[in-house]
Amino acid sequence: MTNLPAHWQYIAASYALTLGCSAFLAISAMLRLRRSKARLAAVEGHSRRRGTAA
Amino acid sequence: MRATPNLLHRYANPGQFLRLSRVLLPWLTAGALLFLGAGVAWGLFFAPADWQQGETVRIMYVHVPMAWLASSCYLGLAVCSVLSLVWRHPLADLAAIEIGPVGACAAALCLVTGSLWGEPMWGTWWVWDARLTSVLVLFFLYLGHIALIRAFDEPARGQKAAAVLALAGAVDLPIIKFSVQWWNTLHQPDSITLTGAPTMSLTMLWPLLLTTLGFTLGVAAVIFTRLSAAIHESRTRQLLARSRLDRTDTHAA
Repeated sequence: MTNLPAHWQYIAASYALTLGCSAFLAISAMLRLRRSKARLAAVEGHSRRRGTAA
Repeated sequence: MRATPNLLHRYANPGQFLRLSRVLLPWLTAGALLFLGAGVAWGLFFAPADWQQGETVRIMYVHVPMAWLASSCYLGLAVCSVLSLVWRHPLADLAAIEIGPVGACAAALCLVTGSLWGEPMWGTWWVWDARLTSVLVLFFLYLGHIALIRAFDEPARGQKAAAVLALAGAVDLPIIKFSVQWWNTLHQPDSITLTGAPTMSLTMLWPLLLTTLGFTLGVAAVIFTRLSAAIHESRTRQLLARSRLDRTDTHAA
């Protein structure tokens, strides 16, 4: 504990916030893309089946 | 004059953009992880402490990239607004919607990390200094843009109003850049300029450049991902609307 730099709390908070928010943005964008791709595939498949049936 | 719209219209095609995005995304992500990892490790553990600021100078390695990204994203927003208002570029509105929250996050992080640096160095979390105030105005402009897009029942009207706001707000960018020269501010002047040599040691400049490059590539990857998702969502909405129309026609017949 004695080796910690001065004002380490401020440094840790800055890095945690910046890296945490960046990771959150990246992961949520990735999940959104995956969800939107799956939904589009499902809707396209459904409309294709309807087209074939008609 | 002709070359610009031709180039713009080539990437106005969502399919073309998705193909480009698929090629670029792995490279952007890998570059972001590599440069960020190296920059953060260097900045936290290997870069020297500053003779005046001490260890607190390490906050600069995340604060400066956030300040750069907050301004760059807003410039992107303003460019998208021009493309949308002048050329009615179909992807420009979608891009503006996706850039807004990312830029707002960068501006908020710039303000927060600046406060976390200011408390131990200046003895205060906040001063109404020209640089700090102009970045706060930038954050509010982002919030206004996000709110305005969703404020109208008709999405096209909201997008147009938000584009006008983004263009008008672009006047804040030169104010942010030159505030430290135009006014006597507590915030230090720029250490890196395009014209002069950097006023900081290379042992500090390298980790700063690495984290800036890493965060920039990361934000580009996030915006590409969000825009690709928005294109898929828009296509899904179109298909659903069409199938609803078909069903109505069938019932009517």
